Amino acid sequence: MNSVKNLFKSLFLLELIQGLRVTGRYLFARKITVQYPDEKTPQSFRFRGRHAQRRYPNGEERCIACKLCEATCPALAITIDVEQRADGSRRTSRYDIDLTKCIFCGYCEESCPVDAIVETRVFEYCGEENGDLLMTKQDLLAAGDKLEQQLNADRLLDSPYR
Amino acid sequence: MVYLIITVAKILLIVFPIMACVAYLTLAERKIIGYMQVRIGPNRVNLSLLPGIRNLRGFGQPIADSIKLMFKEIIIPTNANKFLFVSAPILALAPALAAWAVIPFADGWVLADINAGLLYILAMTSLGVYGIMISGWASNSKYAFLGSMRSAAQIISYEIAMGFALVGVLMAAGSLNLTDIVMAQKGNFLHWFWLPLFPLFIVYFISGLAETNRAPFDVAEGESEIVAGFHVEYSGMLFAVFFLAEYANMILIASLITIMFLGGWLSPFAGIPVLEYLYLPGIFWFGAKVAFVLFFFLWIRATFPRYRYDQIMRLGWKVFIPITLVWIVVLGLLILLKLPPWFA
Repeated sequence: MNSVKNLFKSLFLLELIQGLRVTGRYLFARKITVQYPDEKTPQSFRFRGRHAQRRYPNGEERCIACKLCEATCPALAITIDVEQRADGSRRTSRYDIDLTKCIFCGYCEESCPVDAIVETRVFEYCGEENGDLLMTKQDLLAAGDKLEQQLNADRLLDSPYR
Repeated sequence: MVYLIITVAKILLIVFPIMACVAYLTLAERKIIGYMQVRIGPNRVNLSLLPGIRNLRGFGQPIADSIKLMFKEIIIPTNANKFLFVSAPILALAPALAAWAVIPFADGWVLADINAGLLYILAMTSLGVYGIMISGWASNSKYAFLGSMRSAAQIISYEIAMGFALVGVLMAAGSLNLTDIVMAQKGNFLHWFWLPLFPLFIVYFISGLAETNRAPFDVAEGESEIVAGFHVEYSGMLFAVFFLAEYANMILIASLITIMFLGGWLSPFAGIPVLEYLYLPGIFWFGAKVAFVLFFFLWIRATFPRYRYDQIMRLGWKVFIPITLVWIVVLGLLILLKLPPWFA
């Protein structure tokens, strides 16, 4: 009996017609495409994009060259050299992030005791030449200066959860 | 001389609109499949002829695509047979266009009104497989070769079911001439052959899908299995010619279905009160019916996954051929009984 039923079903294309009905219905459904350059999806304040280094309000850079980020980085994307500055404080003489290695896990940001290295909301960037995607200390500090307001606001939003 | 010029002009009048239809069929395909997948499809290349109309976004896409393909490099593999490699796409496109010679677009609008039109069509649609086979062989690539073998076996299998479906049409119309076949369906949509020949109509439609290597019978290309099948090694304009051939074949099959089962250029409302005064030229009805059939081609592509190869063979040999054979006998009885309104 079952095989007769199956024969009937396949001979009259019943199941195929069901499938056609589904796609036919979706032809008139509301489209969910986000038309990217014109429309953007909302971003979380925890978004992990390109990196930046922050400063204290008095202009002093936060980073104390503790190398925790370098140690925790799973992709070995961070390279740090240390020096003693004239006033006796410990600072980085070199702080490079190779964005071609970086996997944007955010561990550097988590490990940082002084909130110096952070990940910003910037994700639309590119490098046209070899080496363009290597962020030096100057690049990172410049990005931090530019985005400080946003970065501060995002940290404030995140603080209740920490 | 005058005859020659007129004929050439007629040929151009057929070929250029077909090329335009092919171009916009690709856009329609991407749009319709996109809509069925809850996307919006291409909408970036705007034709700024009518700047006020925002809904025309995407209408420049086929033009942009064809320009891109024309400027791409044609790569010929080192070990390929160069002559066959270049001639294969031409062999695929030529029969797809040649078959249009006998298609009646409206009453009397036909390039060659020959008596054996149906046979000519059958011959031309079968020739298309040579382009695919030769391309697969000449590329000297495993994937291309596998694709072309699959496609050859598939097309030959479905040719038989297709041929039997045509026998049904031939019996019902009593003629091989396509114009006569349309005239035999005179009347409204209930007088067309799709009703008495319904199983053959469905079989022909599905065989048409298989014949043009369309989803769900697109094992010849099978992107997920054999990269792109017979045209892996083709790039640029040579690939574009294959593309043109596939879509020209699709439109051809759709117009054949229109002519043989859906009454060609005849109005569906003839003899129905009030509606029959809705006068539209035959070419409009023909185009509308072809578009309707083509929509089904796209709808099916958006809906069904690809058939497994043995399932394709089973469907062709063990399902379609018996169905068509049985229905030809039934049809013979219907004709003997002079069943109105079709065979009275």
